[in-house]
Amino acid sequence: MSTNLYGNWAKDTVKIRETILKMIHQINSGHPGGSLSMVEIIYALFNKEGVMKHDPKNPEKRERDRFVLSKGHGVPTLYAILNHVGYDIKDEELMTLRHLGSRLQGHPDRARISYMEASTGSLGQGLSIALGYAIANKMDKLPYRVFTLIGDGEMQEGQIWEAALSASHNKANNLTCILDYNKGQIDGLVKDVLGVEPVKQKWESFGWKVHVVDGHNYSELIPALKDTDSEKPIMIIANTIKGKGVSFMEGKNTWHGKAPSNDELKLALEEIHSKMIGV
Amino acid sequence: MTKIATRKSFGTALAKLGEKYPNIVCLDADLSKSTMSNLFAEKFKERFVEMGIQEANMIGVAAGLAMSGKIPFICSFGAFVTGRYDQIRMSIGYSNANVKIIGTHCGVGIGEDGHSQMGLEDIALMRAIPNMVVLQPADDKECMEMMEWAVQHNGPVYFRLTRQNLEQYNMQAFKPGNFPQIKEGKKVAFLGCGGLLEESHKAAVMLKEKGIKDPAVFNANCAKPLCDKFMKKLTDEYETIVVLEDHTTMGGTGSAIAEWVSEKAQTPRRVIRYGVQDVFGESGLPEDLYKKHGFTCEAIFNTFSK
Repeated sequence: MSTNLYGNWAKDTVKIRETILKMIHQINSGHPGGSLSMVEIIYALFNKEGVMKHDPKNPEKRERDRFVLSKGHGVPTLYAILNHVGYDIKDEELMTLRHLGSRLQGHPDRARISYMEASTGSLGQGLSIALGYAIANKMDKLPYRVFTLIGDGEMQEGQIWEAALSASHNKANNLTCILDYNKGQIDGLVKDVLGVEPVKQKWESFGWKVHVVDGHNYSELIPALKDTDSEKPIMIIANTIKGKGVSFMEGKNTWHGKAPSNDELKLALEEIHSKMIGV
Repeated sequence: MTKIATRKSFGTALAKLGEKYPNIVCLDADLSKSTMSNLFAEKFKERFVEMGIQEANMIGVAAGLAMSGKIPFICSFGAFVTGRYDQIRMSIGYSNANVKIIGTHCGVGIGEDGHSQMGLEDIALMRAIPNMVVLQPADDKECMEMMEWAVQHNGPVYFRLTRQNLEQYNMQAFKPGNFPQIKEGKKVAFLGCGGLLEESHKAAVMLKEKGIKDPAVFNANCAKPLCDKFMKKLTDEYETIVVLEDHTTMGGTGSAIAEWVSEKAQTPRRVIRYGVQDVFGESGLPEDLYKKHGFTCEAIFNTFSK
């Protein structure tokens, strides 16, 4: 893919990062750190030259690739990108995030938005649901792929490993799991709270094909996302930075679940407008 | 008539319904020979997924299958599947995934395996989830009717099934909230659930024969939803309502009935929860466990003779 294309994507995601921060700011609630670390991964999947086969105007047709946001608290990123690529979430609606009566709940909500592939938020469950979608496609002999994004703290949940065993046993080679490996959780760095290393070897030993990429670099993300194996599900370990794009948020756990103040938002937006992330 | 365990009724029914409804799929967590999902598995190999001992993953995978248009039945012991409560609450309940949850081995009636394998709180857990339908068939015909109803219903359903063989009745066709009546009576109504319906019925007949009381007997086959119209008629006609269940009294069908009666009955009525009295189960022969917990005709008779 041409670097021109990725340059355009980097320009697009300036707006997306801006939207995410504004959404969280207007309700003074949400997860900026973990939303910002996932931007390039989700954009690579959903944008109109991206990896997923989907139709924003026909979001419920059976013939589509699917994306399960297992790391549910990153949902502002998903809402912002769905709006940007033409799903029926309007600009004004974005600023109703977490309001009473809004479709845009604090975590993905399938009852309110039918094209949310799963209602997540309780960590550890989305990979199983994604596997269910993958198995359904195999049963129906449909060639569509299923993508899911998990967090590194989330990988401490036992159910993730149940699904890991199950996906390779069931040869779910239409399933790709992306790990948003931003190294931090709420109570501290992952390595201090509950270490998960060595990650690559763990997933390989569970029978997955593993790629390790820079999660903020499209020329690494795209080939990994496009890859499939003849039998194995794929794990993409995407090294990312929590709060990517805003220097005072980057790598800081305090920004896991804290909304920016008016001044902090202003500073953050200035920084974002000066950066090209993804290339 | 031959007695049939409702787990067997389920297995037979699913294998049959699989012919009529090609979207039915079935998942089991290494208990297929016990839950009797093996009957479906043998007939429809490509539509059966053996999950291994992973109830949480089974729940999530079923949700994904349901949201792809399948009608998944997930099978395990009631204790184990409802024990993964957050997964049912979120991946099935909150997602409104069209998954049918089969929980076998309910109650102390399973016997020698003991407490860990006994579903004693499953109704309490399942009925607290919005939109969950909670069913407890009492016999083979009813189980088949409930299964077909569940397939046609859009939304999660929990089935509570026995290991032990149950008496067969010829009751009216299943309709959620309408408890079939199997004996007429006055003043007192026995609501028997699942495995306790037979003993409740025998005790009611004995009480009438001895001229002590004349309890009506109903089959309380659905803990959620309750039917306001039926409950109104029940509470208008009967002063005392006894709910008999092989389940803890903390939150089961008895609690559901007591809640309704206490808020909505026109006239104040007494509800007695006759079940496992907030204690753990244990190993023993099923008949000895039933004697210990008062789940026999004689014990029920003695209790209500006073």
